Amino acid sequence: MKKSIISMFAIAVTTSLMVSCGGPKSKSDRGAIAGNAAEKVYVAPGEHDSHYAFISGGFSGQLAVYGLPSGRLFRVIPVFSQDPEKGYGYSEETKPMLMTSHGLIPWGDSHHPDISQTEGSVDGRWVFINENNTPRIARISLKTFETEEIIEIPNSAGNHSSSFVTENTEYVVAGTRFAVPFPQRDMPISEMKGNFKGALTFIKVDQEHGHMDIAFQLRMPGFNYDLSHPGRGKSHGWFFFSTYNTEESNTLMEVNASQNDKDFIAAINWKKIEEYVANGGGTKIPAKYAHNTWNDDEHTAKTVMEDEVLVIEPSEVPGAIFFLPTAKSPHGCDIDPTGEYIIGNGKLAAQMTIHSFTKMLKAIEDKAFDGDAYGIPIIKFDAVNYGTLDQPGLGPLHTEFDTRGNGYTTFFISSEVVKWNIKDLKIIDRHPVYYSVGHLMIPGGNSRTPDDKYLVAMNKITKDRYLPTGPEVCQSAQLFDISGEKMELLLDFPTIGEPHYAAGIAAEKIEGNTTKIFKLDENTHPYRVTNEAETKVVREGNNVHIYMSMIRSHFSPDNIEGVKVGDKVYFHVTNLEQDYDVPHGISMIGANTSELLIMPGRTTTFTWEPKAVGVWPFYCTDFCSALHQEMQGYVRVSAKGSNTPLKYTLDGDVPGEDEEL
Amino acid sequence: MKKSKLLMIIGSFLLLGLFVFPLWNITLEAPQYPIPLGMDIHINKFTDTHEFDIKNINLMNHYVGMQYIPETIPEFKIFPIVIGIMVFFGITIGFMGKYKLYMTWFVLMSLLGIAGMYDFYLWEYDYGHNLSPEAIMKFTNPDGSVMGFQPPLFGSKDILNFTAHSYPLAGAWFMFTGMLMTFIAFFVGKREAKKK
Repeated sequence: MKKSIISMFAIAVTTSLMVSCGGPKSKSDRGAIAGNAAEKVYVAPGEHDSHYAFISGGFSGQLAVYGLPSGRLFRVIPVFSQDPEKGYGYSEETKPMLMTSHGLIPWGDSHHPDISQTEGSVDGRWVFINENNTPRIARISLKTFETEEIIEIPNSAGNHSSSFVTENTEYVVAGTRFAVPFPQRDMPISEMKGNFKGALTFIKVDQEHGHMDIAFQLRMPGFNYDLSHPGRGKSHGWFFFSTYNTEESNTLMEVNASQNDKDFIAAINWKKIEEYVANGGGTKIPAKYAHNTWNDDEHTAKTVMEDEVLVIEPSEVPGAIFFLPTAKSPHGCDIDPTGEYIIGNGKLAAQMTIHSFTKMLKAIEDKAFDGDAYGIPIIKFDAVNYGTLDQPGLGPLHTEFDTRGNGYTTFFISSEVVKWNIKDLKIIDRHPVYYSVGHLMIPGGNSRTPDDKYLVAMNKITKDRYLPTGPEVCQSAQLFDISGEKMELLLDFPTIGEPHYAAGIAAEKIEGNTTKIFKLDENTHPYRVTNEAETKVVREGNNVHIYMSMIRSHFSPDNIEGVKVGDKVYFHVTNLEQDYDVPHGISMIGANTSELLIMPGRTTTFTWEPKAVGVWPFYCTDFCSALHQEMQGYVRVSAKGSNTPLKYTLDGDVPGEDEEL
Repeated sequence: MKKSKLLMIIGSFLLLGLFVFPLWNITLEAPQYPIPLGMDIHINKFTDTHEFDIKNINLMNHYVGMQYIPETIPEFKIFPIVIGIMVFFGITIGFMGKYKLYMTWFVLMSLLGIAGMYDFYLWEYDYGHNLSPEAIMKFTNPDGSVMGFQPPLFGSKDILNFTAHSYPLAGAWFMFTGMLMTFIAFFVGKREAKKK
């Protein structure tokens, strides 16, 4: 009854909007009314969504967490960009996460989140995501929803055909978009052809902690490697990468990289290469790259600068790498849930190429090759091709799948999502999107077991879809119900940055495992305190270390004297709370950094170099309690060379020296 | 063995459950605590219902000037000794089979129980009324007197934004069942004596 009242209300509202707005918008709204879309996306106050959606923030460098079907934004996980809101990349503890061989980089371009898998199904342990600009792969814990590890990828540039996992998370891959000298060297750009190379990197994932290590890099021909996906089921053990610019052009590439009617999908038998490596194959070459890991006990990240990487030439492992001719500059390279169909989304073609894994194996056995490219056999098109989907739309980019044998493909140029049957190569339905859709996501879509109720299309352009906000308007996602024969548009919701790509998973696989607090007695941060009696201030030359605590609703100590102009003051602040959802924040007037937002049980540090004498206040920045406004303190700063003694108190007493504390 | 003897011995024995299971629970519910805060009272210690609950109860209570729940109280030394003696006593007289002593035991145990509850009440009263003069927030009753925050001895009660619940736990049920058995043992013993 309640539900029907709500939906009637929704219909009334939508109808009145239609009457008042009219115009072209009513076209999309009519579908919503017919299917009672409002009810389908309505999650009542206090109730939970059924799915998590991890949507990359694109040029924001972050990863955003939404609920489906409501489209509500829960959290922006800082990954590759500094986030002053959370102190990420500003605090002393998190700065090492953004370290690279080029130094600390405050920004990144996050692209393709992929959830870890067990036996071909998403398992909710970690999300991996790639940084495109300065090649890196991050691993995010789905217990803490925090970035736990970032590894830089050497010899790569434009880390785009990344960060997809194999069906037991044996590897996460990172493929280069730019062909570059490998290793880097000074040479004329015009001599690119044949001299630049494309690195495809296989990163081994430790199953217990998720720790990543580069197992090997394949030194492939100097094409551009655009996207990739793992084989699954019968094709487990293979990885497939799409290529463009097989022309190997280095200038005006929109034209010069678009001359060949067919480019390739590279099929890589990683199990074979893994075996070769296990038997001592490959050559170690010098390579400088940062490996940053976060530790939840020390509450601190550390950077290790690695100095070599194992490189493998395709010619060293015959029978492991093949090229499948695929219609023009394929973007997405997608594998259906059975592992049989390899789909090339020929971005610049009027057709989509569907290859058959079974035919591929047979062609390899029969040596049905059509020459080679740099020694890598090119399989005859007819020997590997299952069929083509002709005139499906304009600019196919990416296909995901349901469990009923259908593919769902985005078309960037014609702004639509098309549902088609893979076996019959027949189009079943098409639906416009608003506008210029890039990737799409079905929860578990890159796995053997898609959870095929919802589809999220991610659009690059919104134009008139929302209230205007000046020249820069939001990008957005659109939610479809795909449980029926026809796709039904349910909801538009704006996103952070550019919603480049996404991964989704049933909420039940994550929600019971999330961390609520960090235990104080497991905190091993060198500047932690476990109670107020341990708080203190220590001077070491010009460095002043404040071991500070915070608990509702005061700091200890909260009066500090004896700091001098020219000192570097370290605020090492421990949140003593052990209660869920009670973070505290801290900020200091004039500190050239962000605030800190500190979770219960965690120690975090910021620095302050006072430039003028005076009595300077600090306060709690997160509304923590009824006495939040009173959670504040003072630091007295004296002139350089003055002899004001170092003194720190709480309520007039030195912490730890008074029994009552 | 005679039924009455058996009832007396097992009844006394059941009191040992107090050493294993908590005696009582106090739970505090509030809208911002969808998982309520709780404290279990054993005969020898306070424990969290969920990890860190007591710490968080103390944090809540400091706003109105209530004392911290102590790590331990003198009763935690006395209670186990008293219960131990009563169990020993009960089992001994059970074996002796003097049914009149059963009633003596039962009355003594009841008196001790009442004394325990009274002690608990006094502690609760002090806890709820002996407030710091520097309390951050001071509340008064409609008649102008200082508002107390004493949790109920038994049952549920609204205290500001919290609803406090106070109910027995398994340890107490072991004790009640045991005592009831010793009480029945007396009458069974009496009947058995008459039959002779």
